[in-house]
Amino acid sequence: MIEVEHLTKFYGLVPAISDLSFQVGQGEVVGFLGPNGAGKTTTMKILTCYLPPTSGQARIDGLDISRDSLRVRQKIGYLPENNPLYSEMTVEGFLSFAAQAKGIPSRGAKTAAAKVAEDCGLGTVRGRIIGHLSKGFRQRVGLAQALLNDPPVLILDEPTIGLDPAQVIEIRQLIKSLGRERTILLSSHILPEISQICQKVIILNQGRIVATDTVSSLTAQLQSSRKIQLTIRGPREAILTTLAAIDGILRIEPRDEEGTYELEMQKELDVRAELSRAVVQQGWDLLEMRSQELSLEEVFVQLVTEEPTAEEPKEKEPEMEKPGGES
Amino acid sequence: MKGFGAVFKKEIYTFFASPIFYVVGAIFLIIAGYFFYTAVAYYSLISFQAAQNAFMGGQVNLNEMVIKPLMDDISVILLLIVPLLTMRLIAEEKKNGTMELLLTYPLRDLAILLGKYAATLLVLVILLAVTLVYILLLSWVGEFEWGVVWAGYGGLVLMTAGFVALGLFFSALTQNQIIAAVLGFGALLMFWMIGWAGSLSGPVAGKVVSYLSILEHLDSFTKGVLDTRDIGYYLTFSAFFIFLTLRYLDSRKIRG
Repeated sequence: MIEVEHLTKFYGLVPAISDLSFQVGQGEVVGFLGPNGAGKTTTMKILTCYLPPTSGQARIDGLDISRDSLRVRQKIGYLPENNPLYSEMTVEGFLSFAAQAKGIPSRGAKTAAAKVAEDCGLGTVRGRIIGHLSKGFRQRVGLAQALLNDPPVLILDEPTIGLDPAQVIEIRQLIKSLGRERTILLSSHILPEISQICQKVIILNQGRIVATDTVSSLTAQLQSSRKIQLTIRGPREAILTTLAAIDGILRIEPRDEEGTYELEMQKELDVRAELSRAVVQQGWDLLEMRSQELSLEEVFVQLVTEEPTAEEPKEKEPEMEKPGGES
Repeated sequence: MKGFGAVFKKEIYTFFASPIFYVVGAIFLIIAGYFFYTAVAYYSLISFQAAQNAFMGGQVNLNEMVIKPLMDDISVILLLIVPLLTMRLIAEEKKNGTMELLLTYPLRDLAILLGKYAATLLVLVILLAVTLVYILLLSWVGEFEWGVVWAGYGGLVLMTAGFVALGLFFSALTQNQIIAAVLGFGALLMFWMIGWAGSLSGPVAGKVVSYLSILEHLDSFTKGVLDTRDIGYYLTFSAFFIFLTLRYLDSRKIRG
């Protein structure tokens, strides 16, 4: 559905993204993950035909973004960064304007607007002025306009930023329900969000793709060691020395006074059986043994920090510059 | 043109929802009304004198002494207020980020620009139409040529169309509405004042310079003459600035 090949974008001399290639299949929900200034927004602006790429190609549903811009835009629902809206219009007025702008004839525009408003839970505020709405509702209006004309591809730039936790959960639920029949590309720097909504994740750092994979295999891949959490009732010093002596255990340290220990072992060697045997042989009580998955946060930090620092102090954040140098 | 209607309706809505339009409109009508009042007062003074002097009788003429000055005054007020109505057209959308929405909808740039242009022009035509009330009042108490009035108003509309196109262009250049207004205002003043240099320059240059002057072309209309040169001037002026705006919007694709 979305194909990106060697996409590069320079703002002046600063590369915002360099040589990006990835694909998003039909019906997939893909998360764009990266620290601020990684190039997420730039990529999205290029895909929605707002900015031209410096080089490279991108296709949406087989249509080239620079040659078939108008038809590409017909297929995309876009929620831009910071969710810009006409704050002086009413929800209804704005949505029916957006419907007409997307090519729905004015007779059908009202019904189309009413339908997306209903889908996004805006039924009660349809007559209100957008500027007077709470942030959560405004975010819904942004999503609603993206959904008009039923586009097969949704591109959402940080859809949950700046919302309170309850609203975040609602919006995530909404996106999840949309993802059943649509292709969604979504950016975020909030990791749990990606792991909750998306099947696939593309991690960007400094304008390059650091990793592309499913959320689960990415976590598995990156674990060079496995972590286990143990709770044992017994003398602490003896436990530490006995367990450290077992083959394959890299490190063991106590977590708290209750008898919880965290230990790291080699990935290939499963020593859980030996561990429990050793504990029982010593006459201690094994209360709990639990393997710990690396959270997406840890994966992310690993990937982003692992990145070779060849291009030395690239601390500059290209996204902070005005796109297009409009002034 | 697909999408033109949607943008047009949205812009009309925004004009009537924003206080700028009401303030600017009120000021415009008050000043135009004041000019009308002074022209009529002056006219009645002259008529009194003419009643005692048979030679002056032939000079007393409502078209010449009230309506033409009124239309000339209106053209100058328009020069001052049009930039205030055009300043937000694109600058505001850029500032609020809604330009990104607009440009990622399946709309042609030209449809967006023409929608905005036509809406602003319509709003100004409404304001101009209100000033016709003054002339209607005049028709109760005196006689004059309506044809000249229509020609003059036709000229005013054409001139306004040119002003709006220029204002639209300067609004596209910046995201700051005040800068857009000042640039538009400055450019219009330049196009007005350039005519004054006409008499100072040589014979050929003088002609060129006074041809460029934006208010000079109104003169034939307010005299009741429809000259294709003047109609052509205003149409070319509008088309030129709309074209420039279109190229400027398009250039983001080159500049990135």
